[in-house]
Amino acid sequence: MAQGVWTIAEQREGELRKITYEMVSEGRRLADALGQELTTVLLGSDIKDKAAELAKYGADKVIVASDPRLEPYTTDAYVAVISELVKAGDPGILILGASVQGKDLAARLAARLNVGMAQDCTALAIEDGNLVATRPIYAGKAYAKLTYENSFPQMATARPNVMSIIAPDESRTAEIVDASFSLADDALKTKVVEVTKDVSGKVDLTEADKIVSGGRGMKGPENYKILEDLADLLGASVGASRSAVDAGWRPHTDQVGQTGKVVSPTLYIACGISGAIQHLAGMSTSKVIVAINKDADAPIFQKADYGVVADLFAVVPALTEEIKKYL
Amino acid sequence: MWHKQKFSGVSSQIIWRKEDKVNIIVCLKQVPDTETQIKIGSDGVSIASDDVKWVMNPYDEFGVEEALRLKTKFGGEVTVVGLGPKRVTESIRTSLAMGADKGILICDDALEGSDTLAVAKAIAAAIKEVEYDLIFTGQRGVDDDLGLVGASVAEMLNIPQVSLAIKVDAAEDGKSIKVSRPVEGETLVIETSLPALVTTQKGLNEPRYASLPGIMKAKKKPLAEKTLSDLGLDAAEFGLGARKVKILGLTPPPARGEGKIIEGESPQDKAAELARLLHEEAKVF
Repeated sequence: MAQGVWTIAEQREGELRKITYEMVSEGRRLADALGQELTTVLLGSDIKDKAAELAKYGADKVIVASDPRLEPYTTDAYVAVISELVKAGDPGILILGASVQGKDLAARLAARLNVGMAQDCTALAIEDGNLVATRPIYAGKAYAKLTYENSFPQMATARPNVMSIIAPDESRTAEIVDASFSLADDALKTKVVEVTKDVSGKVDLTEADKIVSGGRGMKGPENYKILEDLADLLGASVGASRSAVDAGWRPHTDQVGQTGKVVSPTLYIACGISGAIQHLAGMSTSKVIVAINKDADAPIFQKADYGVVADLFAVVPALTEEIKKYL
Repeated sequence: MWHKQKFSGVSSQIIWRKEDKVNIIVCLKQVPDTETQIKIGSDGVSIASDDVKWVMNPYDEFGVEEALRLKTKFGGEVTVVGLGPKRVTESIRTSLAMGADKGILICDDALEGSDTLAVAKAIAAAIKEVEYDLIFTGQRGVDDDLGLVGASVAEMLNIPQVSLAIKVDAAEDGKSIKVSRPVEGETLVIETSLPALVTTQKGLNEPRYASLPGIMKAKKKPLAEKTLSDLGLDAAEFGLGARKVKILGLTPPPARGEGKIIEGESPQDKAAELARLLHEEAKVF
């Protein structure tokens, strides 16, 4: 019988990513609710030295799959190895982070295992021994609560920045085992042939802890400098509304909303954004929302924890100066 | 596929020769327009569809456009495969008006309430009947936001997938593609042999509008309707009863606490008060 909770660690160039700790922590909570073991699968090339780190956050067992063909990530290789490990280990629950890589992997893995999958969840719980997943649909205009029917492992991915990370226990250890798997070369059809690093060095919007976002009220691309100054001070990333992107002021990758990125930062500062329903859908799971807009009737104020009705070109630079006093 | 060929004796002359073509499938879904207010239906597990304006999933439009661009370059046929009720015909016609060659609508009452795996099974079965080199699907439907159908179709057809493309370059011989895909903080170029499935996102291209002559021509283009039994599938494997993921209930988004409008004489005063509240009350820095 399917038993135990599994998570898949995510690493890049040998470094564990934040989402990995979020998922190990959430996995620990689910395993405790069930009174079962938590296993984390770590894949990469020569990656075993990172396994002990996972124990500190709650993994009871770490399965390490080391192979040069597992670095960098490819869908083919990861799905082949993990599906084999899952079939052998027969976990009851399998959770991954809903990062770009995690969503790609989970989608194909669920199809390979022929199981149901809940993507991009904002809450996971155990009810009557089963995983119950809550996830936004229609980009957060509604929430769906889901469970599974004759489908093991019960599979879900969780949105970055949502699951809290357990304080690490330095004394905690895990059983670390080398995975046994076969990986046929002819199963590998895709290959990463080029990697270009984003030169801005900013955290991607989907993972950012703080976001300063600008819309049509910015009036032009040259005015984003004041948002960038505020963002630099806060260690935030800069986002944009659809109208700002469609006007060509900001790149597509910066768009927050239903047809752009769905974000969940601790702090979201919306500047000159009226709050079209498709924009609100993309950021309403943010923990603290600030709206700065001179139109007091803008719909964004209905979602805002703090609203400032004033000219953003006066408020934003002043806010940057005021925040400096606290840092 | 067009191929450069030098004829012997005529060294300065390059003749373009049409070799094999690239046949492309685009999967299409109909979704509520993104400006739609979503209301939960009386059953508590689905949305109220009365006031919904249905449109082609915005991410699928990028797939149609990319297919048409590749067709211009390489030749070949673009087939649009849609699944859902009769109204989906309208979106398939739109893609035919944009320039796609033919459409297939998988339409069967037994599909109502199907989950991703079942939907993918029906789409894969329809695709198997068509010659194809490349398949485009939107990276996700902007309704359930699952983003699973593309990967599931690729799995069922046993072909590789590359998700979230912002650029697709086909090799001159039409046997492989290079796809650019941003992940957090970097952009990867992934090479794969064909056939393959690519999921599309914003930034890939600017979808064209259907022209009036295009709309006229679309009326005469073939659009086949298929039921599950036409595709050799057993209706018992579809619908609500066959779901592996069960919807317990839908709820409106959690209510946010009452917001505060910051008072102050000047923008500077308001900025100072906001900074204080963010520090002392919200504790975000």
